Parts: sequence; structure tokens; C-alpha cells
Amino acid sequence: MLGSGLIQGLAVTARNFVGSFHDPKRLTTLEYPEKKTVLPEAFRNFPFLVSENAEDPMGTLRCVACQICEKECPPQCIYIEKSKDKKPDATGKMQIYPAIFLIDSSVCMNCQICVEVCPFDAIKMDHEYEIATQDRFKALLLDREQLAKPNSYFHSIRPEEAAEVDGRLATERKAAEEKAKAAAQAKAAAQAKPAPQAVAKPQPAPGGNPPKTTNPA
Amino acid sequence: MSTLSDSPLFPSGGAHVKAVTDEFHGDLLEVSMGPHHPSTHGVFRMVVTLDGERIVKLKPVLGYLHRNHEKIGEATSYLGSMPYTDRLDYLNAMTNNWAYAIAVEKLGGLAVPERAEYIRIILAELSRLQNHVCLAGFLLQDTGASGTPLMYAFRERENILGLFESLSGSRMMCNYQRFGGCRVDPSPEWMQQASALVDGFGAFLDEFEELITGNEILMARTQGIGVLKAADAVAAGITGPMLRAAGVAYDIRKVDGYGFYPRFNFRVPLGAHGDTYDRYMIRILEMRESIGILRQALRDAPAGPIMDPKAKLRGFRPKPGEAYGRIEGPKGEIGFYLISDGTPNPYRYRVRPPSFVNLTVLEDLCLGHTIADSVVILGSIDIVLGEVDR
Repeated sequence: MLGSGLIQGLAVTARNFVGSFHDPKRLTTLEYPEKKTVLPEAFRNFPFLVSENAEDPMGTLRCVACQICEKECPPQCIYIEKSKDKKPDATGKMQIYPAIFLIDSSVCMNCQICVEVCPFDAIKMDHEYEIATQDRFKALLLDREQLAKPNSYFHSIRPEEAAEVDGRLATERKAAEEKAKAAAQAKAAAQAKPAPQAVAKPQPAPGGNPPKTTNPA
Repeated sequence: MSTLSDSPLFPSGGAHVKAVTDEFHGDLLEVSMGPHHPSTHGVFRMVVTLDGERIVKLKPVLGYLHRNHEKIGEATSYLGSMPYTDRLDYLNAMTNNWAYAIAVEKLGGLAVPERAEYIRIILAELSRLQNHVCLAGFLLQDTGASGTPLMYAFRERENILGLFESLSGSRMMCNYQRFGGCRVDPSPEWMQQASALVDGFGAFLDEFEELITGNEILMARTQGIGVLKAADAVAAGITGPMLRAAGVAYDIRKVDGYGFYPRFNFRVPLGAHGDTYDRYMIRILEMRESIGILRQALRDAPAGPIMDPKAKLRGFRPKPGEAYGRIEGPKGEIGFYLISDGTPNPYRYRVRPPSFVNLTVLEDLCLGHTIADSVVILGSIDIVLGEVDR
């Protein structure tokens, strides 16, 4: 019968209309500013810099200004200037730090490649998405003070990944401490027994950057 | 005084409606449709010359979304081009990633672990589902079924994008595949969610077909409109569902057997008439086949590594040579042609875009039909301007 397809379709619409009052599967929208969707842990939107301590974010940045992310960033939105002096990094080794760290978030495309190539777990992707601003230029060019967020924040948005990173850094720190201790012992032994130069020289503190075995993702 | 129509950049002038005369047709009307017209699926412009309401000439104007993709690919590292491929056909980041990854894996001689191949197939078929569901919704919107089918389609699509988001971190710009494998290993919970979605998808398709497939208005608007003959389709290099709607059995999943597709049991649906209705139905049938592939893949996916241990993230320098990687994307054959000169950047980076090649027959399909039909025909070709203009 001509028109039966039309009526059949209208019946589907009617079922959905009635269902939208009681069936949660047919209620698919959220009243946005009041209610927000629960983000999955993997969600990524704009990078931030991890700092160890919330009280002193600039003093405890994990970033050592190695500039790998600056080089690998596909749209070239990162700008870094190295510091002249050094300070201890997450593993206790004296490192340079970024004197200037800028991310132009109007250029950034949230691809996560900076996170993947970072050997120090210093840059991570954020969950923040309400970042609209009325200023086209300055407000979108984020400096290191705006980018730095404490490790506790990282734990709050990505508990699994943050725990894994903390575990890895703790092992590295322990290894570094043991090596430093061994070096100190060797030095002490050398001083206690003033033998001709044959004794092993004290090793410098080990690098905080052994090659990672797993991919950062 | 020079006007916009004198400019070599705008050979057919800016937006306009003007009277023209033709020695064969007499008085005609030239109308510029787009690039801001909502029915052109982005920033595509058609300059149509009308005799009454019939189209006698159609001139596509492209390039409004040109972003220099291929030249950027030559200046970026192999890894750096991966997120840019998301932005080609922004509905199908997963399949774009895969095609590019295949090209680079051929260059670098990387092998993909078994689990990664299964994950790729799962994601590619999910991507096909959400692309086709979008197409069906938009096509019906173009015919005038305002809102309802599109919103039903988007409700389903949103579930698939939610899966992509929980796996890769982004709904559409997934940046998920890597050379020699995948970036993240999906958890067992993710696989369960995917299975639940796949199990429910057949019911959605049944409902969608009940809603619209038998609709008399849809049939009147699409049957016999924009007929593409098999010989013309082959001559124009059309691929994908549009070619199969014309009755040519050519599916790269079967022809090349890339990935693990030869292990899967699925059929390739074919159209009989090559008209707009066939192009709509072929997508519905392909979705049903995709559900079958997904069931098999989710059942059989083995445990194991997801990355080739030889693969390097940074400083990837393949030996000099060239490679072409292609897959059956939801829109057709998506391919990447790369030439390496041994440096970290490709010497040449070329995309074979299915949308752009499929768009070339638009004028032939539209001639003689009304201007309202041209909108429906364009909708059935399934273009994304990010890929057409690159």
C-alpha cells in the first residue's frame, strides 16, 4: 500500500518520542553547564607541565629543558629557553631547567606527541576543556607559570598512568641513590687507603634518564 | 575597475545569481551554490547553470579548505605527520592512520604483531560503522527528512566515538596507530564495551531501516536519480561503496587482503542500478557485514604485544625507497605514497583521497536532474572537504 512505509516510519518516531520520557537509552543529552560528562582517563586536551610540589611549582618542575618536545611538536607550538644555572631534578641530579617555556595553545592540536617523546615524564595531557577566552593573543600563549600543575593534579585526572609514572621515577631515584652511595663508599675507601691512583675514581651522580623500556603511552 | 570575477583566483566570480545565454539552450540562470551552503557538506561550491530547474552545467569549485597537507608532510617527521592524517577525513581518523602506518611500515620494513592487526581491524570497522551511519543521516537530511534520522544516527555514532575517546583520548582526532603497531592496548573492559555496542548495533540498523528505507518519499527522491554506470565508474577511478553501488565487485579488503582480512568471513554487497538509492542501501548492507567482522575480531583477538620491538618512536629514518600503502577506507581507497631519501622527513608525501576522486563524476551524475536532486546526489557521494582539499 502506498504510504505504508511512511506510517511505519512515523511509528518508530512515536516510539522514540514516548521512550525519551522514561527510557535512559533514549535520553542521550546532558544539560551541559550544570551537568558535565564524565571524562575517560585517556581524554587529552592541551599539555601541562608536571611539578612535584604544589607550594613551589617553579622550583620543582620535572622538565629539564632538553627541547625534545620542541623539536618533535608537529605544529611547532612549543618554545623553550634553557636556564643558565642548575637545580636538582626529580631523581636528585643537578639539571638545567626551562627559563622560558611557552605553548601557543592557538596552534597546539592536542596530538600528544610531546607526551610520548618526553623522557622525563615532565609534560602530560590535561583534562581541562573550558578554555575559551576573549583575548586572541596573550591569553592563548601560555607560559610556564600557567602550564605548571602539581603531580597531585596529575593523580586526580589520570590515577593509573600517574601511579605507573611515580613507580618508575621512584625506582630511578633509588637506583641513583644507591649508585651515589656506592660512589661515596668507593671515595671513602680511596681516602682511607691512600693507594697509588689505581682505585676507582668516584663516579659522577648517574643520569636521571635511563632509556625507557616501555612506550610512554 | 577590476572585479572579483576578473581575478584568476575566482574564475567563475564570487557568490552570484546571474542570467547567461547559451547558443543551445537560450536563456539560462547561473547560480553559485556554496561554499557556505549547508547542503554542500563543508566548504564546497557548485556553480550550476540552470534551464528552468534542470541542471545543464555544473562546475565544482574546490580549495576553500586547502591546508597544504602534502607539503607539510614533507617538512615534518614521519611520526609528526600521523596526527595530521587525522585531519584529512576527520570522520575516519582511525582508517587514515592505518593507511599511513601501512605505507611507513613498508618503507621501514616493520612487522605488526598479531594483536595489533586485530585491534586495527576492530577500529577500522567501528570507523566504517560511524562513517556510514553519518552518511545515511546526512543523506536523509539532504532529502528533507529534517533532523530525525540524522539525530538517531548521531546517537549511535556518539557511542562509537565514546569508545574511541576512552581508548585514544580523542573522539575524532584519534592519532592512535603507530608504525609497527598501536599506541595503547585496549583493556578487557574496553573490548566488552565494544562487544556490547556491536551486539546492539544490529537492532539500531533494524530500527533505522524501519524508519526510512521503505519510505515512499525517499524512494521517489532517490531511485533513478544520479545513475552511475559501472564502466563510467571504473573509467573515473571511483572506489569504495560508490563503485560497488554501480555493481563492480572491487573491495581492497578482498583484493589486497591487507591486515588479517583474509581470515575473516564477510561478503561484499553490490548494487544493481548505481543510483542514489543503491548508494544509500549499499552503506546499510556494508554496516551489517561490518558487524559480522567485528564479532569475529572481538572474539578472536589474541593477547600479546601491540608494538614491533624494532619500531622507534623518535629518529625514525627509513632506507631510501618508495612505498604506497592503501586500505579500503569507509569512503573508498585511501592511500599514502611516500618517497624516502634516508632523512627523518619524507622526500615526497602524497595522499590518494577517495572523496576527491569520487567527486570528479559529480557533473555527470547531476546533468538533467533538478537542483534539489544535485544536493541529494552530492550527499550520496560521501565527501569530506578536509580530504578533498587537503
